[in-house]
Amino acid sequence: MDRRETIKSLLVGSVLGGVALTAQSCRTDEVAPIVEALQKPKYGRTPSEQLHDQKIQDAPSFFSAAELNTIAILCDIILPSSGEFGSAVDAEVPAFIEFIVKDLPMHQLPIQGGLMWLNGECNKRFQLPFAEANKTQQLEIIDQIAYPDPEKNTPQLEPGRTFFTRMRNLTLTGYYTSQIGIKALGYVGNRPNMWDGVPQDVLDKHGLAYEKEWLDKCINHETRDQVAEWDENGNLLNN
Amino acid sequence: MQIKETPKEYDAIIVGSGAGGGMSANILANAGMKVAVVEAGSFFDPKDPETMTQMKWPWESPRRGASTKRAFGDFDMSWGDWKVEGEPYTNKEGTDFRWWRARMLGGRTNHWGRISLRFGPKDFKHKDVDGLGENWPITYDEVKPYYDRLDKMIGVFGTNEGLANDPDGYFLPPPKPRLHDLYYIKGARKSGVPVIPARLSILTKRINKERGVCFYCGQCNRSCSAYADFSSGSCLIFPAQKSGQLDLYTDCMVKNITTNEEGLATGVSYIDKKDMGEYQLKARVVVLGASACSSARILLNSKSKQHPNGLGNSSDIVGRYLHDSTGSGLTAFVPALMDRKVYNEDGVGGMHVYSPWWGDNSKLNFPRGYHIEVWGGLGMPAYGFGFDTESINKYIGKQVGGYGDKLRDDVKRFYGSIVGLAGRGESIAHYDNRCELDENVVDRFGIPVLQFNYKWSDYERNQAKHMVDSFEEILTNMGGIVMGDKPGKDKDYGLLNPGQIIHEVGTTRMGNDPKKSVTNKYQQLHDAKNVFIVDAGPFTSQADKNCTWTIMALSMRASEYIVDQFKKQNI
Repeated sequence: MDRRETIKSLLVGSVLGGVALTAQSCRTDEVAPIVEALQKPKYGRTPSEQLHDQKIQDAPSFFSAAELNTIAILCDIILPSSGEFGSAVDAEVPAFIEFIVKDLPMHQLPIQGGLMWLNGECNKRFQLPFAEANKTQQLEIIDQIAYPDPEKNTPQLEPGRTFFTRMRNLTLTGYYTSQIGIKALGYVGNRPNMWDGVPQDVLDKHGLAYEKEWLDKCINHETRDQVAEWDENGNLLNN
Repeated sequence: MQIKETPKEYDAIIVGSGAGGGMSANILANAGMKVAVVEAGSFFDPKDPETMTQMKWPWESPRRGASTKRAFGDFDMSWGDWKVEGEPYTNKEGTDFRWWRARMLGGRTNHWGRISLRFGPKDFKHKDVDGLGENWPITYDEVKPYYDRLDKMIGVFGTNEGLANDPDGYFLPPPKPRLHDLYYIKGARKSGVPVIPARLSILTKRINKERGVCFYCGQCNRSCSAYADFSSGSCLIFPAQKSGQLDLYTDCMVKNITTNEEGLATGVSYIDKKDMGEYQLKARVVVLGASACSSARILLNSKSKQHPNGLGNSSDIVGRYLHDSTGSGLTAFVPALMDRKVYNEDGVGGMHVYSPWWGDNSKLNFPRGYHIEVWGGLGMPAYGFGFDTESINKYIGKQVGGYGDKLRDDVKRFYGSIVGLAGRGESIAHYDNRCELDENVVDRFGIPVLQFNYKWSDYERNQAKHMVDSFEEILTNMGGIVMGDKPGKDKDYGLLNPGQIIHEVGTTRMGNDPKKSVTNKYQQLHDAKNVFIVDAGPFTSQADKNCTWTIMALSMRASEYIVDQFKKQNI
């Protein structure tokens, strides 16, 4: 069975089972255009997963333009640009948040309600919604909800802290899983390489060393392409 | 609806293409038998770019790899998890077993942890040690030659350590430990816990000209496009197809085994998902490798005049003695691992070092051991990365919370400073822990589903307590601070639900007494000599090891017995 057949069988089997089979005239060549449309590999989806993604992409925006605007302001307060690295908005974190609340609806109410709380608090203090307040006014509120309150002096701000914690979590995750964020973090994996142990300067810094006896058992990459041979006692002969 | 018979008649039908079914297909086809492999899931090849997730970046997923659609995240290569659409199962009231199914060629071998541990001599005769459970009808020495051949055929890295119950083998060289491994080694040794290189079926070195060698992306759970890790499709099924003796039936859900007047199997009946029609295939031998619970289900659904209680179930043992590995864990923040220099330490997919069971159970309040798995390091971010990172400041007396550059600094400071330990232990098989048919519920194919009834005993709870106590001590030795509350008695010491470790075995256990077991020591049904089971169903007992390497060694052994009996025309 080739790839196309695979996709088709997945499709017919699990996604359009009902639809395709109740249509008496259904022939496999009629399914083909649907199959083609669904063949946007990107990150290796099965057809039912692709349909799920497509439904989310096609759905109307969960957040209003005003809500998204406030989310963007919060994102860039949480992670503004820094040196060579762009901000959370540069990394398209608001779009990620818009997607994830539809994908994981448990986020919807806490964020929508949290935005309402934030606007309410801002209105109370400055007679302005958060987005229209100036930077000083915005940060006055943020500084009170971005940290825990161990003395419990301001229990009335707890809803704001809970909301800000969620926004901070989603902003961090959205940012550090983006191209900009991975670079900012310095993650240098996800590429072919030869793992050959902890760099010497790191070992030194930690006051650690590999034991010779242990190291002697480990892979010697220079012989990795030689087909392994053992003696009858299980001793590898060509490492 | 008319049941369609296929005119073609096979020497053997193999149900399922995972570790057990894949091995059997490989042995039988290469021995010249005409074989049909019937797989409930779809075709999958790890190197197909359409379905591949290896080397994808988190931003390629709009949910950044979150587990909305796949329990272990978007990039995990398992089509299906504890839930499969249209294929429910039920639990007896007050119990909660979780049943993982991967509906794809190669099954769960596409995403598994590749931890490949031989059972030791004691593991086959543990009743002799503590009087619990049942002895296997075979010994380690009988299985050893198959483990030896398996090591060379599939490839596994590790080291010969001369340990009594963790046997030596034919290993490829292991990778060097990562930084957190070196901390773990120090911390564990301080508590008298031994640490040795991990044993994973990943090719650090070539074993043949067909399969590639590991390039250290650390993503074995995504299934390797270079075939450098063991997945049943790439390592057993595809090579077996070259024999020309193997027909692959994917998207075909086996309903039952058909039998004749003598009570012998004549083939299988299956639903083809592509047209939802029911078909019959004929063969002289039927080999079940559908997974411990799926094979039990097929047997229980194969009722006939000759087998009124289900095929192979005159003993009423099918589905009983179901047991999974135990699991508990603890996580710590290790201050010495703050402010790390960042470098590529993806390494192999999984742990580089581990601790085999070291304790003496005769002096403990639980009968069986566990091994320790270690995780940590500078991994690739995915959904969940950064959550509550700033809260780690509380462990070092710094300000929790914040935003802006302070937050950026926190993320970098704490990246790679978290280490986790997980225990995977042996539970005791109980007669009452079982799966049986739930006659009130059918799946979308109209097949009655399984109902589970599984409860842990104090043996497992006491073992979990020992796990978290040991982990706390080792992590503290490493200078670590345990994160979150250490699970206590009220939480069964963090003991996970049965089925959550995904090592379920024992539903069709082997034995010499047909009244107390389902198969004989060649995994052949006592009640029908031309039906064999090559998954983990015939396991008489689990060990403090993972089950896959033993599934394959035993499948190789049973399959060569099938070839022998077939040639002698005994079946």
